[in-house]
Amino acid sequence: MKVLKAGAAVATAVVLALTATACGGGSKDTASDAGASGGTKSDKIVIGIKFDQPGMGLKTPDGKFEGFDVDVATYVAKELGYQPDQIEWKQAVSAERENLISNGDVKFIAATYSINDKRKAKVDFAGPYFLAHQDLLVRADDNSITKVEDLNKKKLCSVTGSTSAQNIKKDLAKDADLQEFPGYSECLTGLENKAVDALTTDDSILAGYAAQEKNKGKFKLVGLKMSNENYGIGLKKGDKDLQTKINAALKKMVADGSWEAAVKKNLGPANYKNEPAPQITEGS
Amino acid sequence: MFDFLESGQYDLLGAFWVTVQLTLYSAVGSLVWGTVLAGMRVSPVPLMRAFGTAYVNLVRNTPLTLLVIGSSLGLSQTLGINLGGGTFKETGFRLAVLALTAYTGTFVCEALRSGINTVPVGQAEAARALGLSFFQVLTLIVLPQAFRAVIAPLANVLIALTKNTTVAAAIGVAEAALLMKEMIENEADALFAVFGIFALGFCLLTLPTGLLLGWVAKRVAVKR
Repeated sequence: MKVLKAGAAVATAVVLALTATACGGGSKDTASDAGASGGTKSDKIVIGIKFDQPGMGLKTPDGKFEGFDVDVATYVAKELGYQPDQIEWKQAVSAERENLISNGDVKFIAATYSINDKRKAKVDFAGPYFLAHQDLLVRADDNSITKVEDLNKKKLCSVTGSTSAQNIKKDLAKDADLQEFPGYSECLTGLENKAVDALTTDDSILAGYAAQEKNKGKFKLVGLKMSNENYGIGLKKGDKDLQTKINAALKKMVADGSWEAAVKKNLGPANYKNEPAPQITEGS
Repeated sequence: MFDFLESGQYDLLGAFWVTVQLTLYSAVGSLVWGTVLAGMRVSPVPLMRAFGTAYVNLVRNTPLTLLVIGSSLGLSQTLGINLGGGTFKETGFRLAVLALTAYTGTFVCEALRSGINTVPVGQAEAARALGLSFFQVLTLIVLPQAFRAVIAPLANVLIALTKNTTVAAAIGVAEAALLMKEMIENEADALFAVFGIFALGFCLLTLPTGLLLGWVAKRVAVKR
């Protein structure tokens, strides 16, 4: 492994040098106003969300944004002094979230972003604002899965490389036949024409899909709580001020009932029984 | 920074081995298929020429991701053609080889056709005058010289193929790109290290290929 590590270090240095110069030119304009902590109130605020997850963060064909993450982010932005029309949404795909934050391309990220220690080494979190569990989505008439052990005989589908897929492969059901696809939509196709038996990922995302107009009545959640995912709002490391403000905004959102309303609005149609709002644990 | 390599959590060599296997199977497949296609494109039968031209232009201009995902969603999931694979793992691998072969075959075909053009037309005419059939002219006279002329372009195709195997991650084949996705998901604090490792891995696969085949190309080139 010694040689491998040395070689990898060299390669990393090259990659770093290349990307550092490549990034320098492009991202200046957004970085300057989003990066400064507590920037001027008349400016825009750039917020990172997912663009492709119904129920959580979705860009609709007419260019609007909807979902629970969007509602939370809008509420938090309001508490920070930004009106909805001052918000600029930016797509934050999973692999880029840490870099978007540390480069200052976004002020904060609300994109089904589970809090964990590796991520905390790069960014700070506010929240959590939602507790999700890994769960299964099955066809509405399928009652054959009642416990985790049932999975070993089943054909499952999840997103390539995702935590949910890794959980299945390493811990939950090593013998299950797991198909990995780049997105949940491909899995839904398989689920619908019976090539797979269940789609597995966080129940919040599954509920979002099940609640979509075209999928209503076709699928249901099994309700196995196979993991705990605490969604937090990612922000720049060391920005205690912003962290405190966002935490206060989240507390207020729960207290005045907007949180519950946002959950019901976005995930309710799927008969999804959400967990109550989690206690704020990040920061203090 | 590279601690995660020693945790034993990731099977780096295993993942790259799958990449190598994908490359080798697809390389053999596309060499055969590409040769057949090239034969069709220079054949005297108009129907075969038309098929060869249509196939090459259609498949070469289709994004590989589309072919790979299409083979999985279309062939396997909708039509139930699993190529004898029992699990998603086996089926995915075979479908990926199929799609890569179908795609890379077109590039092999075009490289080979350019090689065929390097063989002086007088040779084919002489062979035909001796009474050889089209198939004999092609396999005995033209193709052996054509292959020797296009080793270097074929090496390019092989290198491109090696890198194209990463697209197989799209249908869940457990090769290097899929492991990279898992690492990115888990090792948020060492993203550049992860990228670096995989960049290095692919350089280790492709650089020797290029050097070796470049040397072979020089040695076997037809001196005219």
